[in-house]
Amino acid sequence: MTAWWRTNKLIPILTVVAAILLFWYAMAVVMNSPWQIRLNERAGAEVGFTEFVLQTYDQAKPVLPVPHQILAVIWDATVNTDINSPRSLAYHALVTLSATLWGFAFGTVLGILLAVAIIHNDASDRSLMPWIIASQTVPILAIAPMIVVGLAAFSITGLVPKAIISMYLSFFPVVVGMVKGLRAPDRLELDLMRTYNASAFQVFTKLRWPSAMPFLFASMRVGIAISLIGAVVGELSNAAGGGLGVRLLTGSYNGQTIQIWAALLLAAALAATLVGLVGVVERLVARQMGART
Amino acid sequence: MTRLTGLPRLLLLVVGLAAAIGFVLALGDGMDAAGFLAYFAFTLFSLVRLAHPLTYWLDAALAVFGAASLLLALPVSEFGAPAYFWLALVCTWLTTWLFVEELSAEIRAQRLDARLFGLVIPALFGIVLIFIWEILTRGANVPQVILPPPSAIWEKLVESVPTLWADFQQTFLKAVLAGYVMGCVSGFVVAILVDRSPFLKRGLLPIGNFVSALPIIGIAPIMVMWFGFDWQSKAAVVVAMTFFPMLVNTVAGLGATGHIERDLMHTYAASYWQTLLKLRLPAAAPFIFNALKINSTLALIGAIVAEFFGTPIVGMGFRISTEVGKLAIDLVWAEIAVAAVAGSAFYGLIALIERAVTFWHPSVRGGRA
Repeated sequence: MTAWWRTNKLIPILTVVAAILLFWYAMAVVMNSPWQIRLNERAGAEVGFTEFVLQTYDQAKPVLPVPHQILAVIWDATVNTDINSPRSLAYHALVTLSATLWGFAFGTVLGILLAVAIIHNDASDRSLMPWIIASQTVPILAIAPMIVVGLAAFSITGLVPKAIISMYLSFFPVVVGMVKGLRAPDRLELDLMRTYNASAFQVFTKLRWPSAMPFLFASMRVGIAISLIGAVVGELSNAAGGGLGVRLLTGSYNGQTIQIWAALLLAAALAATLVGLVGVVERLVARQMGART
Repeated sequence: MTRLTGLPRLLLLVVGLAAAIGFVLALGDGMDAAGFLAYFAFTLFSLVRLAHPLTYWLDAALAVFGAASLLLALPVSEFGAPAYFWLALVCTWLTTWLFVEELSAEIRAQRLDARLFGLVIPALFGIVLIFIWEILTRGANVPQVILPPPSAIWEKLVESVPTLWADFQQTFLKAVLAGYVMGCVSGFVVAILVDRSPFLKRGLLPIGNFVSALPIIGIAPIMVMWFGFDWQSKAAVVVAMTFFPMLVNTVAGLGATGHIERDLMHTYAASYWQTLLKLRLPAAAPFIFNALKINSTLALIGAIVAEFFGTPIVGMGFRISTEVGKLAIDLVWAEIAVAAVAGSAFYGLIALIERAVTFWHPSVRGGRA
């Protein structure tokens, strides 16, 4: 007999979320109060504690904006704004989302193909693997302006440069995870396949590929999140194209903290949805493969 | 000295075809292309192999010959290099590939020392990559502002060592290392604490996943506002970036043990801490090292990106962003080279520790990690 709170996920999550929100509101008072005290001194106003707390939640450029301020801005910029207007956050989110998905799709396919080549060909394993790892240590944001400038020379702008940056970031976890996953079958299992006289292709489809599935989905969860980061970072160097990254940048230039947090929260919601979708597909695939849960 | 089949044979045929076309084209330039003519002739001669096996060191010699004739032909006229120049480049590249294929076949057959030549092959790949970059940029006269050749980047790197060292100290030795250690240790400790309470685990894990999916780089402007311009704000970004991958991976790793193994520990009357130390943590090691490796690259990227939002006038990210603005692309590449070397060394160190610690794991036991 398991206790109800062991099987229910909602209550623990809500408890932790409530704790975080409580902490957030408390910290907002602490961090915003110095500025508010100076404002009140300048105005010569004597305020009670409750009113003071409410004042710290209502600044135009707070050090730490509170959730309801951020949500109000998001609501205003999505539901109350035309989706085709550049002031709409939904428009910017869609711009980022399309670059993310293209980059992720190409990055995953490229990653799987490279992993397959690496485990089947000694020469590519020995020459490629160290360099795939090394290539990822190049800070992509530094190359992003060069990619944008270089592709602009061939009159390619907008989605493609961002998708390329996303692809570059997301293929890494897939290669590393898949090489590990495709090598996960141990000697015993490989020997069994050999006693069945299985061809290399059969060993791949019936043993290596299924046993790599958990690694693939773990990599894809990381990959899609990094892919979104790649798209946002790509937008930092191309302010004209729009997207959540552009909102972050303009917000930081103008000291609009609420705008930064709104873009950040929306990007987070987007990422969580995408990661959740990968998780759903993983469960479906696991059930299809007859996994015991 | 084996007969060539499959992919190597195909490579050899393509090389032969390219060399034949190159030879005919180079004949048009007569004595000006003497080096190339000799190279193409020797390459064509090496096709004898199709009938009679020759040593694979011939390919190494041919590749070096090709590389030398290409380098001697530089610099080219302002109209760019002739077609046989590019054919020689293709031949040299494919010959090196062929050489690597043969070398790995020899290693697999245990006729060559795997440890020494296991290092030679990736080094060769890197050399070929840099060589092709050099030949492409100088052979096609690519403007310095778009892509400088590696030789120009190297010159710039050597001449600006003091600047690069100061940037490295500021970004890597201060921000990255401090943030990485704090982020990984706190992620690990929280995972162990959370593991004791199923209630917290259910509550924190979805939230940890949510936050680790956040484009955390976005908090960089906020951290700069809170912690100031110096390395502390960058370390804070790195902590935020590395904490959640560590937390999520460690919790996943702690759940990786099977029922049978845990039941076995139960029959030994092992306490919680004994089970943790002797069974679950070792079983979680591959997951933890996965997080450590992902974090090593994330940390460097995070610190460099955070410097774009405000920094004292030193640091790798600062240098990159200001020099891109000044179109000093060669210094930017030099800085990226330093970052790449630092990041790879960091990753390599962790991979070495992983191989020592998780020697029992099939992916390590079966060969390379």
